[in-house]
Amino acid sequence: MNRSREKKHCDARRAFLFLCMGLAAVTLVWRAVCLQVLDKDFLQSQADARHLRVVSLPAHRGKILDRNGEPLAISTPVESVWANPQVLGGEMQRIPELSKLLSLDAARVQQLVASRADREFVYLDRHISPELAAQVKALKIPGVHLQREYRRYYPGGEVTAHVTGFTNIDDIGQEGIELAYEEWLGGEPGAKRVVKDGNHNIIEDVESIRRPRPGKDLVLSIDRRIQYLAYRALKSAMKEHQARAATAVLLDVKSGEVIAMVNQPSFNSNNRQQLRSSSMRNRAVTDVFEPGSTMKPFIAASALQSGRYRADTLVATSPGWMRVGVNTVRDVHDYGELDVTGVIRKSSNVGISKIALALPAEEIWETLSELGFGAQTFSGFPGEASGLLSYHGGWNAIETATLSFGYGVSVTSLQLAQAYAVLATGGVKRSVTFLRDGDVTEERRVMPAAVTRQVVDMLEEAVGPDGTAPQARVPGYRVAGKTGTVKKSTAGGYSSNQYLAVFAGLAPASDPRFVMVVMVDDPSNGKYYGGQVAAPVFSSVMAGALRLMAVPPDDVPLLQTRVVAGEEPA
Amino acid sequence: MSSVLSSHREDASRAGWQYRLHLDAPLLFALIAASGLGLIVLYSAGGGDMALVERQLVRLGLAFTGMLVVAQLSPYVLLRLTPWLFVVGVVFLVAVLVGGESSGGAQRWLNLYIVRFQPSEMMKLAVPMMVAWYLADTRLPPNGWQLLASATLIAVPMLMIAKQPDLGTALLIASAGFFVVFLAGLQWRLLAFFSVLLAAAAPVLWHFMHDYQRQRVITFLSPESDPLGSGYHVIQSKIAIGSGGLLGKGWMNGTQSQLDFLPERSTDFIFAVLGEEFGFLGILTLFALYTIIVVRGIMISIQAQDTYTRLLAGSLSMTFCVYFVVNTGMVTGLLPVVGLPLPIISYGGTSIVTLMAGFGILMSIQTHRKLLPT
Repeated sequence: MNRSREKKHCDARRAFLFLCMGLAAVTLVWRAVCLQVLDKDFLQSQADARHLRVVSLPAHRGKILDRNGEPLAISTPVESVWANPQVLGGEMQRIPELSKLLSLDAARVQQLVASRADREFVYLDRHISPELAAQVKALKIPGVHLQREYRRYYPGGEVTAHVTGFTNIDDIGQEGIELAYEEWLGGEPGAKRVVKDGNHNIIEDVESIRRPRPGKDLVLSIDRRIQYLAYRALKSAMKEHQARAATAVLLDVKSGEVIAMVNQPSFNSNNRQQLRSSSMRNRAVTDVFEPGSTMKPFIAASALQSGRYRADTLVATSPGWMRVGVNTVRDVHDYGELDVTGVIRKSSNVGISKIALALPAEEIWETLSELGFGAQTFSGFPGEASGLLSYHGGWNAIETATLSFGYGVSVTSLQLAQAYAVLATGGVKRSVTFLRDGDVTEERRVMPAAVTRQVVDMLEEAVGPDGTAPQARVPGYRVAGKTGTVKKSTAGGYSSNQYLAVFAGLAPASDPRFVMVVMVDDPSNGKYYGGQVAAPVFSSVMAGALRLMAVPPDDVPLLQTRVVAGEEPA
Repeated sequence: MSSVLSSHREDASRAGWQYRLHLDAPLLFALIAASGLGLIVLYSAGGGDMALVERQLVRLGLAFTGMLVVAQLSPYVLLRLTPWLFVVGVVFLVAVLVGGESSGGAQRWLNLYIVRFQPSEMMKLAVPMMVAWYLADTRLPPNGWQLLASATLIAVPMLMIAKQPDLGTALLIASAGFFVVFLAGLQWRLLAFFSVLLAAAAPVLWHFMHDYQRQRVITFLSPESDPLGSGYHVIQSKIAIGSGGLLGKGWMNGTQSQLDFLPERSTDFIFAVLGEEFGFLGILTLFALYTIIVVRGIMISIQAQDTYTRLLAGSLSMTFCVYFVVNTGMVTGLLPVVGLPLPIISYGGTSIVTLMAGFGILMSIQTHRKLLPT
């Protein structure tokens, strides 16, 4: 009886427990239904979100080529090492071997990983060679991964650094052509869907969402050979004259193309560890200076165009100075009576001032504006300066006078070259371009050919034996050009011992092909005249350019031509 | 009595071999089926590592052998062994606390130079056996003193195990002991009283918890509060199970399981692998097998002929049920994370042996009935 009562107790309680367990089981089944039936879609998307990832595929950046197809900037595939600190944090003891391989400081890497412990991504090393990357991969350290990237390489280094500019470590253009044509060169990164495991390893590719669209190649108008000549000549001039800086620009006047553009100081675009911003500027485009006497031909052109002057109109320059209001304009010597050609040949400040003061200010201003002074060349180069040409309405006598010999007006080397190109083309102004076969955005006549012809003749005399720049001559070619020796404008007025030595010229004079501007800033080794410092650079670079571009000589003695012709079989 | 005898005769005539071998066919087949399912899931959870499966197979073989051996012992022998088993177990637990080996921050292992084992595993059987042994000799329902004595028998080993710390096992042992007391006739009002007491004691319990245990409770209450830290396990396992859907992603095809998102996937969280790869259907299959095992255990308890075996069989079945409810509840995010494996399925050594020994006891109880003095 007792036993059966016990059993009854037991049965009741067993039933109760059984009920509890049954409830628990039903709850669990319901939970499974909730997760697997009701929330299925959400949880499936969560699962997909965990293992299906979209990764970006870097696009190959387009090459920058010179006019002959020589590479100026190319991208090579490299690997970057990155880590997931959440995983690597647990494998700190393996960091030393990795650091050793990558030549990094192990303590700093450990500190980096520890400080980003809650992150999932940190770069350990960028742009390592594929061989080194293979070694890193072989270490098989959890949480350490590789990422394909492209590194930009500039075969020209310092020679083309200012023109090409450079990209940053993420392959985006920062300066120069790289920046200006970022969209064209950069392409568009692609994307693909991959399966990643919990440790961020890519297990398999699922599908390609978008193929990377590689950037397009860009052919520049630069000729690497001439660029190199200009670089070498400018660098040696820089050294010889202990100058602060220098620029040289060479244009093809027939097309407006920039054939060479170099600056000193330069920098190695492949290794920018110790990059100073002062050497980074493409001074030929970004820096303005007062053009000095290189301005005079345009005043002469304006005078001829006005009809008030002819090339042989006489101008009295005695006694070598003249008063303009309270100021005095001086020449180096008393040149006596000069015609307009003589004023250019001798670079007489007094002569050109008298001519300028005899002309309406408006005419001079119009001529200069038409030549592009005070406005950008629209070459598209980043950071281009526009220079300064004040409006003629405010000019007084002394301002007109000083403007005529290149003070109170500022230009870039490229602007000056563009203005000389108008003289060279017979009065047609063309937009300048850094691209070969680039669209000509502007081409119009701004001056009669008869005027520019006479000015070129004057400029040819300036490099003649009686001129200021005989050192600009190129054997076998007729050269025309003008020197400028400009007192540097400093904080306290014009400096008495700091100069800019400038030369702007064109060749061959009979049918001009190239215009070149050379500017040397602050030559401080004794010589400072444009004819002594800048003209020799012009001569050597122009000689090379004419030869390399196979421009026929126009200054061959008649006899020699006959002999050559006679030797040819009829 | 006559009804019991007749059912016995029926059983005997229907499956005489079960009695000769002291095996219980429904239980045995359900266990074998669950083990087989477990191996299949384990192969996938281990990422196709056959060596892992082989090791588990060896353990299962050992465990099944242990079960067969225990099943041969008559409940009378078990009854006689009970106090000794309990005393030895407690001594071992003391030894573990004094000089046990640590692993993973907990001191659970005892090195006897011949074998290294966890005395806490042994107590999973020894505690319910001991309480049943004690209460079987008293007049039921137990009075206050007897309840106090039973509570002491449960609390001493439980606290020692909780101290190791091994909260999961401590809870299992406590519930195993509790089931015996409850089945013995614990008064309803006392049950209600203790429930209220327990609820009131929760803040005190909180005070005594280890930091990681508190963290688990916080995580349970809101797993999304720290999705990359302690909430990570449960979030990943819920996603695994849910994304499996009705029919699952297929064997070896679970993305959560195969791609390293699901942690502890061959041990405590193996249920999520099952859910992901075999879906709701797989989960139902496993639940069906577990239900067969539990229901069969309860039936054995019902058919048991004396108090000791009735209490013990009931407790063992219920404890098994708690075991899998706690594990699956934890993996599905219904319960806080406690370190309990999924019985029979999870990869792991000692617990499967204990578990099977428990089923051996159930079989012994079922198949030795006619030999018992009534």
